[in-house]
Amino acid sequence: MDETMDITGELMLDGNAAGGMFYELFGAEMTASPTECATCGTPNEMGAMRTFNQAPGMIMRCPACGNIVLRIVQTPDAIYIDARGAAYLRIARVSS
Amino acid sequence: MDILRRALDKINMQKTLDWQLATIKNIKEETPRVKTFTLALPDWSPHRAGQHYDIRLTAPDGYSVQRSYSIASEPERTNEVDLTIEKIEDGEVSPFMHDVVQVGDQIETRGPIGGYFVWEAAQGGPLLLIAGGSGVVPLMAMLRHRGAAKSDVPTRLLFSSRTPDDAIYFDELEKLNAQMDGLKVFHTFTRVQPSGWTGYARRIDAPMLTEVAAPLGKNPKVYICGPTALVENAANTLVQIGIPAPAVKTERFGPSGS
Repeated sequence: MDETMDITGELMLDGNAAGGMFYELFGAEMTASPTECATCGTPNEMGAMRTFNQAPGMIMRCPACGNIVLRIVQTPDAIYIDARGAAYLRIARVSS
Repeated sequence: MDILRRALDKINMQKTLDWQLATIKNIKEETPRVKTFTLALPDWSPHRAGQHYDIRLTAPDGYSVQRSYSIASEPERTNEVDLTIEKIEDGEVSPFMHDVVQVGDQIETRGPIGGYFVWEAAQGGPLLLIAGGSGVVPLMAMLRHRGAAKSDVPTRLLFSSRTPDDAIYFDELEKLNAQMDGLKVFHTFTRVQPSGWTGYARRIDAPMLTEVAAPLGKNPKVYICGPTALVENAANTLVQIGIPAPAVKTERFGPSGS
């Protein structure tokens, strides 16, 4: 099996890459948070999502079926989150 | 499962992450294209091996760019972190770090970040670590932490580099390998080998992974880090040779630098 891939494939990262953004959005560490793909039902940690962030927005895809789990788009006024692809997102409470 | 989830929450919870000004305490050249920057942090908090810090640069006109860099140092070293950074020719942050930044300069940084691709000695093993190029950085943090924690968990590192000159931390890895405390380091050099080399001299493939992984048994904890193509290839091959997919954690760096 060789190591060459098309450029889109090579741009794929893991959910770790979104770690900083999750802090900004949810105020919490999320890469170890469990979630479930709404399309195929496979559970996984957020860190395992295939992540594409070199685009106008960030896309996270299910590692099992490839469908989109999470889309996040940032504009000057707002942050749009499309989480239809996730059965749920879990944000741990942070005690202060 | 719920008890485990609450325990993990306790480990993962920390105060909201803010940007802080780190001061560059030291710069060390590891290879011609790779340098390690020691950052003194006013608001340091203990990290876990495998986590990263974000660096943000802001131009006078307000344009800003952020990149994530894996922590190379062990959490046992307090108040500072080492970030080992490879210079990417058309990158936005790494050329600045390599060519402009000097000891004493301050840069904006945020971290530590990450809860998925982390290893603590208390988790045990056996451990199979697979690195391509600068993907060795977070795995080195794991090995340094393993040493500081005096762990003897059976561990094997398979490290793919193009040439011996590109093999980051080569001397330190030789020392760790010689300590005979359950760690073995395997190099594979894909383009140029040292003279007299009898080790691996090709890209990672199924026979190589089978040989390296065999003594670790059927259920090692696996961490793979490096360019996306190498990580994909190694992860898929491991599953093909019988390693359970949930045991494999990956950190893809994106396209390789050249």
